[in-house]
Amino acid sequence: MTWLRVFLVLFLVPVPLAAQEDIARFGAGPQPFLIRSTTDIAIIRPLIQRFADTRPDLTITYEQWGSNALFDRSRADCRQQSQPADAVLSSAVQQMVWLVNAACAQPHRSDVTAQLPQTRRWRDELWGITLEPAVIAYNRTAFSGGTVPKSRFALLDALRADPERFRNRIATYDIATSGLGFLFAFSDSLEATTFGALLESFARVDAVATCCSAEIITGVANGRYLVAYNVLGSYVASANHPEVGVILPEDYTLVLSRAFMIPRGARQAQAAAALLDFLLTPEAQAMLTQVGLVFSLDAAETGLAASARRPIALSPSLMVGLDAARRQQLLDAWSETFQPGWLP
Amino acid sequence: MGSDPRPARALSTRVLLAVLTILLLGGVMVAGSIWWTSREAARQSYDRILLGAANDIAESIRIQGAAPQVVLPISAFELLAQAPEDRIFYAVRGPAGALITGLDTDIPFDTPEGFFDAMLHDEPARFVRVTRRFVERNFSGSVQVIVGQTLRARQAMTATLSWNALWPMGLAGIALLLIAWAVVRRALRPLDAITDDLARRDPYDLTAIPVEGLPHELQVTLGAINRFMARLESQFEAMRNLISDTAHQLRTPVAAIRVQAEAAHAERQGAGQALDRLLLRTRSLGQLLDQLLNRALVVHRTDSVPRRAVDLREVALDITEREDHALLAPKVSVRLEIGEDPLFVRGDAFSLGEAGRNLLNNAVRHGVSPITIGAQEHAGKARLWVRDSGPGPSPALLAQLGSRFNRSAGTREISSGIGLSIVDAVAKAFGGTLETSTDDDGFCIALVLPIHEAPQ
Repeated sequence: MTWLRVFLVLFLVPVPLAAQEDIARFGAGPQPFLIRSTTDIAIIRPLIQRFADTRPDLTITYEQWGSNALFDRSRADCRQQSQPADAVLSSAVQQMVWLVNAACAQPHRSDVTAQLPQTRRWRDELWGITLEPAVIAYNRTAFSGGTVPKSRFALLDALRADPERFRNRIATYDIATSGLGFLFAFSDSLEATTFGALLESFARVDAVATCCSAEIITGVANGRYLVAYNVLGSYVASANHPEVGVILPEDYTLVLSRAFMIPRGARQAQAAAALLDFLLTPEAQAMLTQVGLVFSLDAAETGLAASARRPIALSPSLMVGLDAARRQQLLDAWSETFQPGWLP
Repeated sequence: MGSDPRPARALSTRVLLAVLTILLLGGVMVAGSIWWTSREAARQSYDRILLGAANDIAESIRIQGAAPQVVLPISAFELLAQAPEDRIFYAVRGPAGALITGLDTDIPFDTPEGFFDAMLHDEPARFVRVTRRFVERNFSGSVQVIVGQTLRARQAMTATLSWNALWPMGLAGIALLLIAWAVVRRALRPLDAITDDLARRDPYDLTAIPVEGLPHELQVTLGAINRFMARLESQFEAMRNLISDTAHQLRTPVAAIRVQAEAAHAERQGAGQALDRLLLRTRSLGQLLDQLLNRALVVHRTDSVPRRAVDLREVALDITEREDHALLAPKVSVRLEIGEDPLFVRGDAFSLGEAGRNLLNNAVRHGVSPITIGAQEHAGKARLWVRDSGPGPSPALLAQLGSRFNRSAGTREISSGIGLSIVDAVAKAFGGTLETSTDDDGFCIALVLPIHEAPQ
């Protein structure tokens, strides 16, 4: 009986699943410090390591989460007033805006945060750390002969001119499963009328909506896809495939800033503020540039006019994207266009 | 006189304090009104934004099937983003209060139509409720839209508007104060001039104050003062006349009686004691009359005659040269002891002379020869002194020196009382004291006065 009970306890009682995808620890100080983030540990490790070196009093636990799971967890912590993480860093900025709007964050103000442009901070409770453009990735070999579509209009024209060439070989995020993909699609839908035309063209060539950055980039690299639309530039940079070319669309390029938040009730709010200030220092920004999270948008380097930059501003407008009805409307339009991704 | 311990404030200070008080009170009231107006302006403008957003959302409600559906318009949120730092709230509710879409908070939905204040996540916020009624084939009822926003932008706008209105007002206030200061100074300048004039004026100068070119009110006041001074002057004049008339009118008959008595005494040697007593009384009466009249004259002069610089040496010299004492006691020798430098005091030469003469006469009458009179500077004061070689008066007598009509039993008719009271009156009138000292050389009595700088 006892063993059976142990068995029942172990396997039948629903234990909440640990939703983090990966975990890493830095330092061995007496104070625990928990970061929850959507950013790959592999990419951000040097920065956290540098911060840990300056703070020997902390034992830093870095948990890597999926954006929706992280949102659900943070929201639950906020509502039930259970112990939240000390710092949250997420690329799904609309979710972060929702959390701040629901008073789940605490303010911090310093010289470095004050220098952030208005689009990259909200209420001194949410800050945009990175600069990552949404790019069009393409296979260099496939376009070696012809011209590369430098804008959405050029892409539209290319799709119209030769639909058979692109059939099944255009990829983008599945916005139903990817928070980031939804954010880009939502921003596109607000930005321009080209979005409708683009969806239409994607539908005509049976474009593929799939889930993951890594899979899309690998697909482009090996020629499975010719073009991937709205891929996060930082992932392309860190994947480091020589075969994959990157276009910053000349009509407009969305620029995402990963949002940093100090949850209300964080035990180590001071350390979290120190981490934020550190991440905004020129030194940390230079390291972020190296790992591809801060994309140099200098017009001389990228050929992108300043007027074509569309930062995704941290503002309550982003919450419209979280509204169920609105979301459903976009998803309906989407699912009429795309066939489900073919998972390998 | 004034028992108020506070120093009296200058008139200009009073006026400026009053102006400052008025400006401050006015400033506080205007600032309050500005703040209220600014807050009202901020409230109205952001209320309109709120209402616009709510109407936007209400417009986007559609009846699909049998249920209202809402696809949130981005424009509503862009309107709300006019307050970029503020949290927002929105909720769309069906007929029974069922949530169609919105953010989950405990904002009440059964509020009246229009604007209301409530807390949004522990922060004060402003809300508006808009109702849209539907009468469709398959849906009939009202849908409520509630939109809310925290108050940061309103507070910032209130602060900006208030500040923009307040700082020019503050500057204007300072300018007004400066102008008021200048105006008050200008208006009070004649008064200041009169005050200076009065402060510099000799207290015994009873000539009229000039009133030409002064403001009307001051002319009235000064006219009254001038009339009063003229009356005082005429009173003094009458008094002086009375004293001199009295002196003249009384001295002559008393002197005549005395002469007659002396003659009778000489003719009828030993004709009875009654005549002797009459002669003694008559002499005494003459002296007493002299002293009384002198005293009256001195007291009157110290009250009414302007002070001048007087060289005490000259006073002493004058006394010895007139040799009045020789009448009293021809055998007594009087020495004069004065320095080479002039010794000025501020006073009336006649009164000082009278005081000195009385000191000398007392010494001649009661003291022991030789007698010295002198004028010297001692310990920063000017002294007019008389010294004799005797032991001086008894300590009991010294203690009551200067009292009027002080007549001890031993000195009777030829009393020194009135004489010393004259000296004492002179000393007090010119800011001095009467000092006595006794040592091995004799008794010394001095009139001590403050030194006056030598006149130009």
